[in-house]
Amino acid sequence: METTQDIASTGKPAATAAGPDAAAPAAPRTAFEISSLNLWYGQKHAVEDVTINIPDRTITSIIGPSGCGKSTLLRCLNRMHELVPKSRMTGSILFFGQDLYAPQIDPAVIRRRIGMVFQKSNPFPTMSVAENVTVGLRLNGIRNRPFLRDRMEQSLRMAALWDEVKDDLGKPGVSLSGGQQQRLCIARAIATQPEVLLMDEPASALDPIATMKVEELIRQLSREYTIVIVTHNMQQASRVSDKTAFLYLGRLIEFSDTDQLFTRPRSKQTEDYISGRFG
Amino acid sequence: MIGNANRHGFRKAYSRCISVFTFICACLVVAPLGLIFFHLLRMGASSLNLEFFTHLPAGPGEAGGGMANAISGTLILLGIACVIGVPTGVLGGVYLAEFGTPRVNWGIRFLCDILNGVPSIIWGIVINGLVVIPMKSYSAYAGGLALGCLMVPLVMRTTEEVLVLVPQAYREAALALGIARWKTTVHIVMKAATRGIITGILLALARVAGETAPLLFTALGNNFWNNDLSKPIAALPLQIFQYAISPYQDWHRQAWAGALVLVAFIFTLNISVRFLTRGKPVRV
Repeated sequence: METTQDIASTGKPAATAAGPDAAAPAAPRTAFEISSLNLWYGQKHAVEDVTINIPDRTITSIIGPSGCGKSTLLRCLNRMHELVPKSRMTGSILFFGQDLYAPQIDPAVIRRRIGMVFQKSNPFPTMSVAENVTVGLRLNGIRNRPFLRDRMEQSLRMAALWDEVKDDLGKPGVSLSGGQQQRLCIARAIATQPEVLLMDEPASALDPIATMKVEELIRQLSREYTIVIVTHNMQQASRVSDKTAFLYLGRLIEFSDTDQLFTRPRSKQTEDYISGRFG
Repeated sequence: MIGNANRHGFRKAYSRCISVFTFICACLVVAPLGLIFFHLLRMGASSLNLEFFTHLPAGPGEAGGGMANAISGTLILLGIACVIGVPTGVLGGVYLAEFGTPRVNWGIRFLCDILNGVPSIIWGIVINGLVVIPMKSYSAYAGGLALGCLMVPLVMRTTEEVLVLVPQAYREAALALGIARWKTTVHIVMKAATRGIITGILLALARVAGETAPLLFTALGNNFWNNDLSKPIAALPLQIFQYAISPYQDWHRQAWAGALVLVAFIFTLNISVRFLTRGKPVRV
């Protein structure tokens, strides 16, 4: 309870994992409350007045044509957009009730609770498979070897990669195949036990079989994590997600249950997009 | 048709001429290196013996003697230069690549390039004024500092260049794991570029190892062993200079040998750079 109250004081990722359950009511809680979010990159208005509540322990997908602000919106959720010079944001995002952008909040601490997986798999080239998985823990001060080993195995198992790499833990992370590398990155992201996983087109660079594995994995992970996934693949959104948001030109057009959005869209634009008339 | 064929023949010949001409130019670039090295071998190799590496210089007119003190002095000076030049240069490069804003970076790079073009003797005079005069003595410290100052802009720019080559995706991946900015820089970005950074340092070392001018007013030179870094110290380039302008045949031969050792040392540094950069400058 205490851990969700004060984001800035949450240093140990392990402590937060049990946090949300303590006082959780039966109704699904809201992980992110995004209100009137606007974001500019220099002069470009990338996200316009977006308001969404993303529920806890569900998979929410964000779809839309290229350049519609999907990734930008996702990056606002862990403050990664701040790496882009000249980006400016207005509006607010509450993470389990806490303002993500409050002045006392350290973005690094936020990012330990909100993990991220990128479009292109990016295991660290200087590290082995095992080191890649535990790097988030090690560089945040955890030195206990047996603990690191256990967490490494546990994360690789969760990422459905353990059986494939258990004999090659000392090999460079970049020696794995593309699909394995992406699952390694997922293992790396969950090793710090975040509460949320943000995924930015995690399967777009993978072949169909690797994509299937990653999607299966996302399904598995949704039991324990809130997952927000950006995809330009509508079939993927309809296969994996519970909720879907459709973004067009930086605006939120529709946000509803995935079934409903794909079968009975409320908006004409959504209907045009999902039926392939544009985008 | 026949006209065309003639034209074709002319073009082929013309192309050949230009190719040959560029090849000759390329040879002219490389030729001095070969000439220098073989001349040094011819003049210096005969004076190279164990004594050269283990003995102090002999007195004027005496036969024998070596440059042991100058060789160790050069190594000591390069050590001091590294202590000063490497951290400053590497951290400056890290600033340029990771933290600086475009405007500030532009200014720093511009000044850095000017600094790179400052004649090395100017450094000698500056350090003489800043260190030698207040300390009232020529010293190894002053010599090392002068060489270190020469290294800074070189190391800084190469460090920046190799860090910029590290893909942004690794920085993002590390930051997204909640790893602090400075840890990301040290453990992820710099680690990925280690070979490139070391290459830059070795190249800078090779560049300053043969510098004579900045040492004239700082290290001064010394005909004896010196363990006190606050006193004048011998260096190979200085010893070569001193011997070369002397009237003694024997010293001339030793100067050739010293030059050969110096060039071989710089060769070795450059060859190690080749080994380090085999493949890619940055391990990606």
